[in-house]
Amino acid sequence: MSWDRVPVDLSGIRVLTQKDEFKGERVISYREAIREALSSALGRDTRVFIFGEGVDDPGGVFGTTLNLHKEFGQERVFDTPICENALTGIAIGASLAGLRPILVQMRTDFMLLSMDQLMNHAAKWKYMFGGKVSVPMVVRTIIGGGWGSAAQHSQPLQGLFTHIPGLKVVMPSTAYDAKGLLLSSIHNESPVVFVEHRWLYDHKDIVPPEPYFIPLGKGSLRREGKDLTLIADSFMVILAMAAARVLEKEGIDIELIDLRTIKPLDYDLILNSVKKTGRAVILDFGYKFCGISSEVSSFLMENAFEHLETSVLRVALPDVPTPASPILEKAYYSGEEQIITEVKRVLK
Amino acid sequence: MKNLVIDTGILKKMYYYLVKIRRFEEKIIELYPQQEMRCPVHLYIGQEAIAVGFCANLKKEDYVFSNHRNHGHLIAKGVDLKPMFAELYGKITGCSKGKGGSMHMVFPERSIMGTSSIVGGGIPIAVGTALASKMNRDERVVVVFFGDGAVDEGVFYESLNFASLKKLPIVFVCENNFYATNSPQENRQVNPDIYKIADFFLMPGVCVDGNDVLEIYKIAKEFIDRAKHGSGPSLIEARTYRWKTHVGPETDIEKGFRDEKEVAEWVNKCPLKKFEEHVLRNNLLEKKDLQEVGKKIEKEVQEALDFALTSRYPEEEDLYKDVY
Repeated sequence: MSWDRVPVDLSGIRVLTQKDEFKGERVISYREAIREALSSALGRDTRVFIFGEGVDDPGGVFGTTLNLHKEFGQERVFDTPICENALTGIAIGASLAGLRPILVQMRTDFMLLSMDQLMNHAAKWKYMFGGKVSVPMVVRTIIGGGWGSAAQHSQPLQGLFTHIPGLKVVMPSTAYDAKGLLLSSIHNESPVVFVEHRWLYDHKDIVPPEPYFIPLGKGSLRREGKDLTLIADSFMVILAMAAARVLEKEGIDIELIDLRTIKPLDYDLILNSVKKTGRAVILDFGYKFCGISSEVSSFLMENAFEHLETSVLRVALPDVPTPASPILEKAYYSGEEQIITEVKRVLK
Repeated sequence: MKNLVIDTGILKKMYYYLVKIRRFEEKIIELYPQQEMRCPVHLYIGQEAIAVGFCANLKKEDYVFSNHRNHGHLIAKGVDLKPMFAELYGKITGCSKGKGGSMHMVFPERSIMGTSSIVGGGIPIAVGTALASKMNRDERVVVVFFGDGAVDEGVFYESLNFASLKKLPIVFVCENNFYATNSPQENRQVNPDIYKIADFFLMPGVCVDGNDVLEIYKIAKEFIDRAKHGSGPSLIEARTYRWKTHVGPETDIEKGFRDEKEVAEWVNKCPLKKFEEHVLRNNLLEKKDLQEVGKKIEKEVQEALDFALTSRYPEEEDLYKDVY
């Protein structure tokens, strides 16, 4: 099965993977970068352990945990029963006892079975006890559909996680960020939901071999421009970059913000950019209804209204479950052409 | 184990905690109508022997996980009454700085790492600390207390399986008081023998009189030692009765939820009375020993209450602290 086959057209989009941009520096994929971050954390910190369904199998969660159990032992990298709620509680307990658990939930849909422990417990544990204890744990989870994954194997639920005070939610779009943000997530004192995108696993980037940390809550300016700000997360950053190149040829100068962390949001970066450009289109690989795009949009209405020259538009997933048929799937996911259309609507 | 002779010092200590829990909660009942303790309180009166019998076998660094009905477990684990009363009154000196209330008490200094009020919610978290104990090889045992209601929840079974699979140092203690809020056990569970669930998970399961602190002490000792020595988890069902209503200072009689006769039968099996009669009849302790404990506790309760009442409330800006 071609699980990694991407239903949107990616021809010529691997803008972050152009070899000639790298000038002889080391280039590895998003999946390798995640594995390298995990290996680095396991090697440097004996409190770190990884558990979840199939983390020690020959697939190694799309290669991200491949053979780590051989390197660091079965006690620190281990397979588990299929009991998402208990596993999340176990991560909480282990972190309360001083460990740094990393729980892998191969598909975000399965995390819905753990919402009691994640939302009622992990998210609230520090606050409920006046800061006397904290829960430094990471739940790694994977979004991105395709190949008829359908309604229960491809839900992007990041908006749901951000709704709950107490959780941090991270969505890297590049291999460099995946490593640096994962290391920061592991060494952070709060529960973090680390949302990976399956379509990004083969994307390559310059990734330094040594450990490094990208601060949570800080976005990145991927491209400077003066006409309009695209505010994107995860895979949408890749599409946005492609759209920006097309628009450049038409004389439209795009500024691109990669949110990197969607909770907490980097409000300063968003505000400063929109103050400059006066226009924004928000791109989220998640549901449009009550999602990240609605949140950023209302933030702009509340804080940047006087700087906006036109209304803010959004590109996000429609308010329907994911369909299986390739024709419907293609219609479900947005590509760069939708972004270009919305940008032009704003600039009209 | 049946013939285990319990040291006089331990007997005195257990009596001290039995009475301390009872008096603490009686004070809550007395003062609750003033509406100054503005949080739901789930009272433990009638069930004290279970917390006391187990915690008497634990060290400071052994973990205890409780539930919404947590006062007894915290007191038996040695938590001071001052931060507990202050928490009930929503004061900054409360054990959770006024953010938790009665249902969410914490006391890391006694290895109480937080208390969930979601039925069954604390069980997997307790298993997680047991996993850490095993990984850290530090011999810290975990005891998790929950009610018969938690046995309705799926996460209970998930947790038992994981703990047994990994042979973790944890004792699961089900305080079966036969009601989940107002729903009797027979409306909810097909098999009344909760301890038998242990069989399927290949761990020992034992049923004990939850009002007999001496029996509980012995059983607890056996299974805590077992866990400590790497032989894995166990499930203890302690049958008992909650004298008061599910939440609040009243009883269920005036609310019409329970039969007066049923309550009276269980009140007659009072764990404190049972203990007192036993130790006096067998000359294990003297009447004056018991009286001294009573006086000491009365003073402690009053001091804790004064501390809580004179403490200040959190500042409004504390609302935003400690989220992340």
